[in-house]
Amino acid sequence: MIPGQAFFILAIILFVLGVVAFFVKRDLLTQFMAVEVMLNAGNLAFLALAKASGRAEAQVIVFFVLTVAAAEAVVGMAIVLHVFRRKKTVRTEDASELKG
Amino acid sequence: MGWVIFLFLSILCVGSVAAMIISRNQAHNALFLVLAFASLGGIFGLLDAPFVAVVQVIIYAGAIMVLFLFAIMMINLNEGLPPERKKIVYVISAVLAAVLAAELLVVARQAFLPPVQIAAPGSGNPAGIGRLLFTGYLYPFEITSLLLIAALIGAMTLSGKKESS
Amino acid sequence: MAESFWLIPLIPALSALGLALFGTKISRKWISTQACLAVLFSFVLSLAAFIHLLRTPSGSPPLTKVLLPWISSGSFSAPLAFSFDALAAVMCLVVTGVGLLIHIYSIGYMADDRSYARYFAQLNLFTFFMLVLVLASNIVLMFVGWEGVGLCSYLLIGFWFERPTAAKAGMKAFVVNRVGDAGFILGILFLVLAVGSPDFARINASAAGGALGPGLVTLVAILLFVGAVGKSAQIPLYVWLPDAMEGPTPVSALIHAATMVTAGVYMVVRLNGLYSASPVAGSVVAVGGAVTAVFAATMALVQTDIKKVLAYSTISQIGYMFIGCGVGAYAAGMFHLATHAFFKSLLFLAAGSVIHALSGEQDVRRMGGLRKYLPRTFPVFLAGALAISGIPLLSGFFSKDAILTSAFANGHYAVWGLGLAGVVLTAFYMFRLVFLIFYGEERLSPEARHHIHESPRVMTTPLIVLAALSVFAGYIGLPAVVGHKADLFGRFLEPVARAAAEPVSAAIEWNLILLSTVAAVGGLFIAYLFYIRQPAVPGRLAARLPRLYKLLVGKYYVDEFYDAVIVRPAVRGSKLVYGHFDLKIIDGALDGSATAADAAGRGFSRLQTGLIKDYALAFFLGVIFFIGFVLLLKT
Repeated sequence: MIPGQAFFILAIILFVLGVVAFFVKRDLLTQFMAVEVMLNAGNLAFLALAKASGRAEAQVIVFFVLTVAAAEAVVGMAIVLHVFRRKKTVRTEDASELKG
Repeated sequence: MGWVIFLFLSILCVGSVAAMIISRNQAHNALFLVLAFASLGGIFGLLDAPFVAVVQVIIYAGAIMVLFLFAIMMINLNEGLPPERKKIVYVISAVLAAVLAAELLVVARQAFLPPVQIAAPGSGNPAGIGRLLFTGYLYPFEITSLLLIAALIGAMTLSGKKESS
Repeated sequence: MAESFWLIPLIPALSALGLALFGTKISRKWISTQACLAVLFSFVLSLAAFIHLLRTPSGSPPLTKVLLPWISSGSFSAPLAFSFDALAAVMCLVVTGVGLLIHIYSIGYMADDRSYARYFAQLNLFTFFMLVLVLASNIVLMFVGWEGVGLCSYLLIGFWFERPTAAKAGMKAFVVNRVGDAGFILGILFLVLAVGSPDFARINASAAGGALGPGLVTLVAILLFVGAVGKSAQIPLYVWLPDAMEGPTPVSALIHAATMVTAGVYMVVRLNGLYSASPVAGSVVAVGGAVTAVFAATMALVQTDIKKVLAYSTISQIGYMFIGCGVGAYAAGMFHLATHAFFKSLLFLAAGSVIHALSGEQDVRRMGGLRKYLPRTFPVFLAGALAISGIPLLSGFFSKDAILTSAFANGHYAVWGLGLAGVVLTAFYMFRLVFLIFYGEERLSPEARHHIHESPRVMTTPLIVLAALSVFAGYIGLPAVVGHKADLFGRFLEPVARAAAEPVSAAIEWNLILLSTVAAVGGLFIAYLFYIRQPAVPGRLAARLPRLYKLLVGKYYVDEFYDAVIVRPAVRGSKLVYGHFDLKIIDGALDGSATAADAAGRGFSRLQTGLIKDYALAFFLGVIFFIGFVLLLKT
């Protein structure tokens, strides 16, 4: 008998940790990892709701989220590699061409 | 019994994410994340979603994190990056996190979430998911495959020619 | 054909437009031919309409034509409508007839000018506006023509605008006119408020019928007269007319002698119902005219520029016209308007001929003895001088006499006295001019003497026509004593301008005629004494009364007075406002808003640091606020 709230709270904790990680880290790659953490936290919340409602639709949504995250990771890696090739560094604060 | 598993897995997960935050080594970060995803997969299993749980482990922990590791290898940084020099960043992110957490908790309290009983999988098995995917969610399914192709092509294009500049 | 009388103003307008657009691309011959034909066309139409009027029984309604509804708001309507009655007939004939002669004269006078097309275009435009003024059936449309002639006057005075004095003279004319127009507009407003319609027929009927209170009638009459004072150069708004002599001489003849300056007189006559209803206003008009007549004449006595003498003479003669109107003898005023148009434009054009002959000399001190060099110009100038002086049997004699007799008959003895004094002065200064220019020893400069030549036929022929009119036109306005052929002019104008003159006995009338004759001949004789017999006398007189002489030559220092009291404070005031208000507040606000926008933009662009983390921060802050907002809504 695990209270349904527990899963939700876990999801919240994970999400918030992901936010903190995003701001604390200074390299692009690790920040990307933090984004993945946040995505997963969202997935967990969806599944908790799926269990609560007894319907499997939410799991399908999770499935899609996963797929999209994978695609996003692929393209993101390519971009990060590009940035690295150009600037010889993955430090986020060096990528400020959009300034102003 | 379910409580124990749940607690164990959740501590493992949160712990590895925290470790990821603390660690400065990129490869260590990636590996900690693999652990986190795997434990998450276990928690998914607790929630009557066996198919998603397995897919999570295979794809997230298996494929995506390996991709990350490949990228790390290619970038090949020798030393880890020092943490944020400005203390203000810690403060702001802590405050931000706290506020967000508070809000979300308020939301969580309003959500109707009955106690979870670990039972035999119902419609969370592959057959059930498959049925949904190929009937009601057919369009999103197809479009997702298009998305994957687009991502593939995009990645290939991006890492194709070396820039002339 | 008379029904198409509404084309009278429009043909010159079309010609003006054509010349303005294409004038530089067509030959001079074409320009002058088109301009003159346009005015000729208007003249012929005016004649046709006039003949039609003669044939219709008096008292029948005038020819009217509504071109456009123009202003129509509620119960107030001011249509673009022309009407042709006896009064309009007189004015149209004068404007188009004299205008035609002046257009022809200009062909010769302006032959060497490089802005030939612009001149004729503006002259045609003026003709158009003047005809609109005259044919308008309501006061609002008349005001359009009023302003239009003012504009053309400005353009033509400053025709040679590269000359700073000419440009300034144009501005002075326009600004002084504006002062008068302020009164005019106020008058129109009060009038329309009281009567409810700008239509002349309705206004005159209301005023005559006593529907408006006496105070209101007087107020409106005086306000409108203020406008007339500005336009017709009476005291105190006459200062622009002498300066207007900077323009070409035909312009001075047309605009500043025959037509535009008489617009004020026309206005008073057109609204005679109003002026007859207010004896106070009538007295203001008459006294104003009389004082101006004498005042201007005194200034003409000592002027040495031939055109300036004629300018002051014009101011003085218009004063006579207002005397006529003020005492109720509207027909007499109009009669003098017509005869003055003939002899004054004759004098101006003849003066132009003299100036042209002397290659531009305008100072009479450098003329003299020109009788033998200008055999065609001299006789016509003499004819004009005789006419204006009121020498018996010429036109000016009859018209001036009509005015003075009416003044005396209606009991305005002071006005009559001033008018009589003016006759003496007029004869004197006119013949001073004649003698100084055409008689006596030659004081020409050597180059002028070398190049002296009579003017071409195209210039002297209009002079002859005008001279004939100046001599013979009097016979349409013979005084009552003559019998049944008397005052054909007045009887023609009867339906429009009822003269409120008391009849006088034949004896008094003959006496008055005798007095004015004596005055005119006397003035002539004194001039003869001063400038032929004893040429040294004027100089000695001036030396004996130096202060008086300086006062007259300095034109009573009126210009200097206006400059010090009005112009300079106004300029100072506007500089002050400019510095404090325009520059600081308005420009400041404008620049300030631009600077503010710029600063805001700059400030906002600082948010775009280019760093992902900052964007993420903004993102999450947004999320927090959004969730909080939704939560708040739910509670």
